[in-house]
Amino acid sequence: MNILGPDALVFGVDDLSACRQYLADYGLRDAGDNRFEALDGTAVVIRAKDDATLPPDLGTASMLRETVYGVADVQTLDAIEAELRRDREVSRADGVVRAYDDMGFALAFQVSVRRPLDLPAEAVNAPGAALQRALNTVAVDDALPALPRSLSHVVYFVPDAAKAEAFYTRLGFVCTDRFTGVGPFLRPAGTQDHHTLFMIQTPPFMKGCEHFTFHMGGPTEVMLAGTRFVNKGYQSFWGPGRHRFGSNWFWYFNSPLGCHVEYDADMDLHDDAWAAREAAMSADASQLFLFQHREKWAPSGPPPPDKPAH
Amino acid sequence: MRLCHVDEVPDGGARGFDPHGAGQATVFVVRQGEAMRAWRDACPHHGTPLPWRTDAYLNADSTRIVCAAHGALFDPLTGICTLGPCLGDALTPVAIEVHPDGGLHLVTATITKETTP
Repeated sequence: MNILGPDALVFGVDDLSACRQYLADYGLRDAGDNRFEALDGTAVVIRAKDDATLPPDLGTASMLRETVYGVADVQTLDAIEAELRRDREVSRADGVVRAYDDMGFALAFQVSVRRPLDLPAEAVNAPGAALQRALNTVAVDDALPALPRSLSHVVYFVPDAAKAEAFYTRLGFVCTDRFTGVGPFLRPAGTQDHHTLFMIQTPPFMKGCEHFTFHMGGPTEVMLAGTRFVNKGYQSFWGPGRHRFGSNWFWYFNSPLGCHVEYDADMDLHDDAWAAREAAMSADASQLFLFQHREKWAPSGPPPPDKPAH
Repeated sequence: MRLCHVDEVPDGGARGFDPHGAGQATVFVVRQGEAMRAWRDACPHHGTPLPWRTDAYLNADSTRIVCAAHGALFDPLTGICTLGPCLGDALTPVAIEVHPDGGLHLVTATITKETTP
């Protein structure tokens, strides 16, 4: 089934004004009606937690209320609806198919709202490699917008990762890599991204959203957007660094949405020729390297004026 | 060690402090009426900082401390987690005292340098 990936995540939040400010400062565009969009139209939607139009909460601290998947066409919607009707209640109205997965997460499927992007990736030159960034083009530009381009993936805490994975397999998701006893990285058929969904086995009282992330234009944009976010007072949680599985650069932040919010870039792309790897979860297996933000500082030649040389 | 004047922690508010120069807050103070409590700025789940932004430790109606990592909720006066990954666990208290001039002080250097892991 030609599912492209998440079109939107819908949250029922405690503090709407805080979330509005947060998502705007993160770099999403306020598209009205509490919808905050990336450059391609994928979005985070926030509602008050007691909004009666939302699916019920998960009974945990998680504020995620619905994951909206974008699919390629109406034929895919028909196929999803038929598959899900085999064993559960499904609704279809206004072009949106809705059902719950086997862990109780509310899902919606629609013909994707994603707009095609025509933007360059970060260009890097190196000895021996063909020129990527043209002569006389400087890489560092303080005015670089560094805006989120596209909703990349969502990560769930689930009480039964095997059962959860089996459900998504029915919809055409394939496992690209796996942390033993933790959960799978899943890629739907309509994208080459290493994963649009990762699941982590946890006790039931943790069920919910661990984080979501938007793709940036490259590692420099991850660092720059993250640095700007820190400078606005936001709390870094993990990163910057680079993951092993997926190879994506990452930087995670705390958020008022009850989950982490990440910037990521340069995730591996795969097709059906890829054979999934498996590893025991550990700090080393999780990342190639990890850094931590610090205030800007620079060495200079002479000793600082307030610290004369002896 | 003096943190601030008590009036600089508003009723129904919270404020983070970096008394040991860790580069970010390692302890925070909450105030509810005359009651004040100080807690280590470390969630029992992963030991990481709680707020989503500087001094943003509380929910919208200031009835709960919130960890902005996974939305865990804590009672502001007992520190007990009432919902979230560290359910039933509790924040680590930090001893504070108010001096006659209204200065809010750490009783002793009870916390060590904290950074994210």
